[in-house]
Amino acid sequence: MKISFQINGKPQTVEVEPSTPLLWVIRDVLDMKGTKFGCGKAACGACTIHIDGTAVRSCSYAARFAEGKSITTIEGLSDGDNLHPVQQAWMEEIVPQCGYCQPGFMMATAALLEKIPNPTDEDIDKNIANVCRCATYYRMRKAIHRAAEIKATNS
Amino acid sequence: MKKLSLLALTFALLLLGIVGMEAFSGSQAALKDPKPLAEQEDLAATPFDQMMEVISHKRCVNCHPTGDRPRQGEDSHLHNFNIQRGKDGHGVVALQCAACHQKENNLNSGVPGAPHWHLAPRSMGWEGMSRSEIAQAMTDPQRNGGRTIEEIEKHLTEDPLVLWVFEPGVNHEGIPREKPPLSKEAFIAAVKAWVAEGAPIPTE
Repeated sequence: MKISFQINGKPQTVEVEPSTPLLWVIRDVLDMKGTKFGCGKAACGACTIHIDGTAVRSCSYAARFAEGKSITTIEGLSDGDNLHPVQQAWMEEIVPQCGYCQPGFMMATAALLEKIPNPTDEDIDKNIANVCRCATYYRMRKAIHRAAEIKATNS
Repeated sequence: MKKLSLLALTFALLLLGIVGMEAFSGSQAALKDPKPLAEQEDLAATPFDQMMEVISHKRCVNCHPTGDRPRQGEDSHLHNFNIQRGKDGHGVVALQCAACHQKENNLNSGVPGAPHWHLAPRSMGWEGMSRSEIAQAMTDPQRNGGRTIEEIEKHLTEDPLVLWVFEPGVNHEGIPREKPPLSKEAFIAAVKAWVAEGAPIPTE
């Protein structure tokens, strides 16, 4: 089945089985390795991307549903060389340890800030359900607040 | 003598294994399919009872919680990952149900899905209620979103999210989810018959 969508601002058409997880399309067909496979059960959030601006677990998203959609992956989060506020904050707070889950967390955070520009700790607890085996949650919480500050300053 | 004992032990273990496998395959079969239509008639005497066999089943009640968190699984545990109801039952603003649940079951991840996957409103929370109490809530316009009995019938017999309970897919381990004890056809017939006879709710 041919499926057409926009990914990181560029039109793309792929030919895959309709039920193929979108994650595999992104990683294996389009060779964009930033989005990670974690659990494959929509539990850990390592595969989080944006579809039409909303955070989605791509391991549990059948490729056929991507028809006509606008997809953003971690590779498309920055505006060229201008880092996204979340990326800047992640660097400032030196968030990653092993780093594997971080693209998913950053995509989930970027989606959160679009909906809640200045999230409270409670907002963060309710809206970010990703899992980090290195337990970098404390630094991530700081970085999310810092990203909100940077975003407010930039806009 | 030792050889004889060993032989007897081996035979006993084999027998236990066979019995165990039979029991296991039996429970698996029970998870997969509702009883045949002919047997379903014995489950309950009235259309109300038949209908409530489905409506009070965990596949329905898990998403009709009285609190702000959905339940999941065969044991109806609170949904993992601190998933919340949100303002409209579709989750919180940046963690919507649709972040994981799509329009159909995902057989790769084991995540269930159906169109407009969301929680019933808090006023339609059924946890801990008897069958008659659920039916009273369901037919009360103050609690059911102002629906008429005809609209309730349509919701129960046509809404793909309701009818998902008859095709609930597999869980995260690939094991088929338990279905309600009635088939979709028997449930729809029971709902229509119940509405046709004036939607009576028995006192308990």
